[in-house]
Amino acid sequence: MSDRDPSEPGKSGPDRRTVLQTIAAASIATATNWPTQSKADMTPTQTLVSPGFAVETKLTINGKPYSATIDPRTTLLDFLREHVHLTGTKKGCDHGQCGACTVHIDGRRVNSCLTFAAALDGHDVTTIEGLGEPGHLHPMQAAFVEHDGYQCGYCTSGQIMSAVALMKEPCGPADADVRELMSGNICRCGAYQNIVAAIQQVRQGT
Amino acid sequence: MHLFQLRRADDVDAAIKAASAAQTAQQGADIRFLAGGTTLIDLMKLNVETPQHVIDINHLPLAKIEPTPDGGLKIGATIRNADLAHDERVQRDYPVLSQALLSGASAQLRNMATTAGNLLQRTRCVYFRDEHMACNKRNPGSGCAAINGFNRTLAILGTSDQCIASNPSDMNVALMALDATIHIRGPQGERDVPIAKFFLLPGDTPNKETVMQPGDLITHVTLPAPPKGSRSLYLKLRDRVSYEFALASAAVVMTVANGKIETAQFSMGGVGTRPWRNADAEKTLIGQAPDKETFRAAADAFMKDAKPQSQNGFKIELAKRCLVHTLDSAAKLA
Repeated sequence: MSDRDPSEPGKSGPDRRTVLQTIAAASIATATNWPTQSKADMTPTQTLVSPGFAVETKLTINGKPYSATIDPRTTLLDFLREHVHLTGTKKGCDHGQCGACTVHIDGRRVNSCLTFAAALDGHDVTTIEGLGEPGHLHPMQAAFVEHDGYQCGYCTSGQIMSAVALMKEPCGPADADVRELMSGNICRCGAYQNIVAAIQQVRQGT
Repeated sequence: MHLFQLRRADDVDAAIKAASAAQTAQQGADIRFLAGGTTLIDLMKLNVETPQHVIDINHLPLAKIEPTPDGGLKIGATIRNADLAHDERVQRDYPVLSQALLSGASAQLRNMATTAGNLLQRTRCVYFRDEHMACNKRNPGSGCAAINGFNRTLAILGTSDQCIASNPSDMNVALMALDATIHIRGPQGERDVPIAKFFLLPGDTPNKETVMQPGDLITHVTLPAPPKGSRSLYLKLRDRVSYEFALASAAVVMTVANGKIETAQFSMGGVGTRPWRNADAEKTLIGQAPDKETFRAAADAFMKDAKPQSQNGFKIELAKRCLVHTLDSAAKLA
């Protein structure tokens, strides 16, 4: 699917994502030039949460500082997707059972669906968008492409974030060791064989 | 999820003071401490936990692992499960604890979950997790949908006619075999609770799971020095090879000298309403040769009072074999 291309044929009105972006932009401020609708929208003016409950959080995402006043119930996953528009991190089960939402906090992999964004004040978050981009892929992203480590692709960003973190964790050399440490990332298409091959290629530096 | 007030605690006393206004520290508490969030946020999304106040304790100075003067180990409440499992002192002196931790959850969750949070981990009983079902633990007096329902994974030891929910933790099973002590600070000061007295049986009040009172904060857990020359081992049996809760698991700490068992401490997970230990079963091993008949007799003693439900009768034999195999494997360790 093409990603929010306004010139996409057959689309006249705003799509769901544009609408969400417009709403969310009203409640987030960023020190960067993240594309928003207009300069005025970048002021953290309003939030739908009653003032007694709203919480301020300042965190770094992919090297860029962000601050926002948010509903305390906002998970890091929802904050990334709905407020910062980094939609590479996926929502699967939303209960820490599938791993699709895996991101790094201070370099360690976590389930962003079981983390409140407001409790991350001062922390450093890395998402799939912070790893690499087309033309400059992270070696793990390139290995997933080379080995076809996906089918539908929905779990892929979580798989790659997990795999990159695994590189710095104690892990034996065998495929079984990789499978054990990747068991928190479910792939319903069943691309496990190729995922393990991709990870082993990067680990072995071949 | 219900709306709540989120506050960050920067010192232990302030956290305890803020939480001491709670009506209860048990099921349905109006004030909750937030550490790793892997249980609490999950249950808040299910409306099983609906606190009005959440106190973030991740910035408290409770994330250290230190040796104790008597050769044991002091483990901070907010140490992450992954860090505890990979600590070299834990791996050297308490391998059973490291193995139990690494057999639990996923790598992501182990990076988040904490020592104290794991102690307070809630049951995976599907009826507890579904706010629309009868559950005496979640909603006292509403009944137990599990007793005549899907109970294949639930407890066979320590149950009551009110509740058969099993304790899902692996870490707790190892801590039980290691005679851990839970150190709690509350509005009335500090107290030390042996882990054997920390968990309550469901009885008529399955909503009360531990000795925790309003304002109580687990600050750390201590382990005594391991018995000299002891070997320890954790074995977990489950429906999948990874990322699944135990149907039966065993933690063993044992000393064998001159062909005789000198000390034996063991506990089981996946079978009890709390991590289960049985002193009578342990006594049967002392002074005996470490052979399979001896271990089988201990396993029979361990499961003597087991009460199967409609779907989990298989657990009795599974648990016995799990225990025999773990005892036998531990005895053979160098």
